[in-house]
Amino acid sequence: MAERIVPGSVIDGFVVGPHVHSGAMGNIFEVTKPGLDGPMIMKVPRVGPNEPSEGIISFETEATIVPALSSPHLPRFIAAGDLARTPYLVVEWIEGRSLEEVLAGGPLPPLEAARIGAALADALHSLHEQEAIHLDLKPANVILKDDGTVALIDFGFAHHARFPDLLAEETRFGAGSKAYVSPEQIQGTREDPRSDLFSLGVVLYEMVTGTFPFEPDTDVRNRLWLDPVPPAVLVPETPPWLQEVILRCLDPRAERRYQSAAHVAFDLRNPEQVVLTARARKSVRLGIMQHVRRFLHARRELGVRLRETNVPAGRPPIIMVAVDTAHPDDERQGAIQRATQQILSLSQEFRVVCVSVIRSVPLMDGAAESETASGIHFEHLVRLRHWVEPLRMPVQRISLHAIESENPAEALLEFANRNHVDLIVLGAPGPTRPDRSWWRSVASTVTANAKCSVHVVRVADRAVTSR
Amino acid sequence: MILALLSDLHANLEALHACLRHATERRAERFAFLGDLVGYGADPAAVIDLVAEHAARGAVVVQGNHDAAVANGMGGLNDAAAESLEWTRKVLSPAHRAFLASLPLIVRHDDICFVHATADAPERWAYMETNGAARQSIEAAATTYTFGGHVHQQVLYFHTLTGKVAPFHPVAASPVPMPSHRRWHAIVGSVGQPRDGNPAAAYALFNPAAEEMTFFRVAYDHIATAAKIRRAGLPELLARRIEDGV
Repeated sequence: MAERIVPGSVIDGFVVGPHVHSGAMGNIFEVTKPGLDGPMIMKVPRVGPNEPSEGIISFETEATIVPALSSPHLPRFIAAGDLARTPYLVVEWIEGRSLEEVLAGGPLPPLEAARIGAALADALHSLHEQEAIHLDLKPANVILKDDGTVALIDFGFAHHARFPDLLAEETRFGAGSKAYVSPEQIQGTREDPRSDLFSLGVVLYEMVTGTFPFEPDTDVRNRLWLDPVPPAVLVPETPPWLQEVILRCLDPRAERRYQSAAHVAFDLRNPEQVVLTARARKSVRLGIMQHVRRFLHARRELGVRLRETNVPAGRPPIIMVAVDTAHPDDERQGAIQRATQQILSLSQEFRVVCVSVIRSVPLMDGAAESETASGIHFEHLVRLRHWVEPLRMPVQRISLHAIESENPAEALLEFANRNHVDLIVLGAPGPTRPDRSWWRSVASTVTANAKCSVHVVRVADRAVTSR
Repeated sequence: MILALLSDLHANLEALHACLRHATERRAERFAFLGDLVGYGADPAAVIDLVAEHAARGAVVVQGNHDAAVANGMGGLNDAAAESLEWTRKVLSPAHRAFLASLPLIVRHDDICFVHATADAPERWAYMETNGAARQSIEAAATTYTFGGHVHQQVLYFHTLTGKVAPFHPVAASPVPMPSHRRWHAIVGSVGQPRDGNPAAAYALFNPAAEEMTFFRVAYDHIATAAKIRRAGLPELLARRIEDGV
C-alpha cells in the first residue's frame, strides 16, 4: 500500500507544502527541496481499492512521458517516485494564467486570439517534434506565460511514439474532453498529431466566439460530419484569414487540416500568406452535399499543384551525404535520412554519394579480422550500406565511401570538390554533446568553404529518451 | 546485470557475432538464447558451438521448433524449411544434435520466463499474432516478464490494468520502461532472419535494475551470409530472405 502524502510529509527529500488542486487523476501539492530552486509541484495519484483505475493509468502515462520531454513550452521533469511504493511526480510549476481563467472573462478580440493561438501552436510543434501528442488540449491545460509564450500541462492522456501506449486499449475511459476531442480520437486513434490541431481549432474558435463549434452536450460523433457555424457569423469582426485557419483546423478529415502545428503558427503570424478558400467567407453552414462537393473540388486542386512540381534542368545533380558511421544510433542519423529522403523525392534523377570519414587506423594489425585496418574500413562500409537501405535507391544511383582522415572537414570538402557534388547534406552539431565537439568545426568549416550548397540538418533540441 | 536476449539465430554466424559484439559493448553480462539456433542458415555447427560456450558459462538456452525438428528428425513446415532441416541434420555431429535435443522448452528464472513461442503451450510453437494469444502466454508464464521469439519481429505486449493486453512496436535503440507492476511479453525479433523488410539483425537488452528494455537493430554483412547460403546449396529463397530481410 502506498504511503499517504499530505502537507508536511517529507518524501525523498521533498517537503510537501499546501494542497493546490484536486483533479480526476489525483492531488497536486506545492513542494520544496533543499538545494532545488524554483517553484515545483508534486502530483500524487489516488491509489486504493475504491479508486477508479483511470487515475493511476493517467498518472503512469504522464510519469512515463514527461521525463522524455524537454522544451520551454512544457513543464520540466524533476523527480518521480517508485510507482509500486510511493507514486508521485515532481515537475516545474509554470508561472502564468491558465487560458481557462482568461476565457472566463469572455471571448477575446480576434487578433489577440490569433496571437495566443500562434503561441499555442508553437508549443504543440515543440511537443510533436519530440514524437509526443497531447490528445487532451483544452484551455485548462494551456498556461499563458508572462513573456507571451505558452506552456502545455497535464500529459495524463498523451501518446509518445517511443513508449507503450497504456491507454490504447482502455477505450471505456473515453477520449479527451468532449468539447475539444477530434473525430479520429472518438474512433480510437491515438497516434495522429493532427488530432491536436483539431483541438487547437476548437480552442481558437472558443477564444474568438466564446462558444464551442460542437456542443459538448450532443453526441460527440456529430463532429464527423457536422459543419460548425462559421465564427464570422457569431463575431462579424473575425477576419476572413482567421476564419480560414480555424475552419481548416476543424476539418473532420485529418488530411484536409493543417499538417503541422508549425504551419498553423506561421499562418496565424502571417495573415497575408493565408491562402483563402471558400471557408474564409463562409457565412452559413454547409449542407452535406456541399460538403462532399467541396472535398472533391479540393482534391482536384491538389492534383494540379502536384503536377506543377519543378524538375531541375540539366545533368543529374549529385548529393553527398555525410554519415557518421561511428555513432549509428545517434538521433541525427534519422533526421539526416529524412532530409535526404525529402530531397530525393523531388526528382528521380539525383545521384547519392554517402561518405563516412573515419579516423585513421593504426597500421598494426589486431588479432581478429574486425580489428585490422581493412576490417574496420569494411565495417564502416557495411554500416553505410545499412544506412542507405531505407532510401530504396537503385544501386546505379548510389555510391558508398569510407574515407580515412584525421581532418573530416577537409576530407569532405576535397571529396565534394573532386566529384562535382551539387549539394552536401550533413548534420548540425548538437548542443549538449561534448564528446562530439569536433563535429561542430566540421559542420561550420564545410559550410564556410564548400563550393556548392550545404544542407545542415538540425535535430530539434530535446532530451534523449535514455534515462 | 544487463541481460542480452537473442532469438531465432537460424545458423547465421555473422549476425550472431555482430549482435554479441554489440551487446558486449553495451555491458551485457548475461545472455539468453530463445531458440531456433539452427535451420535456414549455413553455419549451424559454428552457431551451436558459440551458444554452447555461453551455456557453459551460465547462459539460458531454450529449444525452438527448428532445433526440435533437427534433434528429433521431424519434417519442416514448408519446402525450404524441410530442405534446410535435412541439410542441417547432415552437417551436424551427433554431439551437436544431442545439444539441441537436451534443450528445455521453457525456463523460469527469478521473475522471467524464457520460451521460444508461447508459455501456455511451448511445444505447440504457436505464432503469437493476437492480443488474446499474448494474454494467454503472459498468464501461463506466471512471471512478470516473458521473453520469446518465433515471430521474427520485435513486439512488446503489455498487460493493462484492466486485464487486457496491447502490443507496442518499439523504436530501435530507444529504451522502453517496463515497470514490474505490469506483466510483459517481449518478442525480441530474429538475429538470423529478420522479416520486416530491414535486413539488420534484431535483438534486445534487458536491464532488470532499471526495469527497462532496449530493442536494437544491428547491421552486419548480410550479403556475405546470403552468399554462404548459396554456396552451401541451400534453397535460393533462403539467401534472398537474408538479402531483403523478408
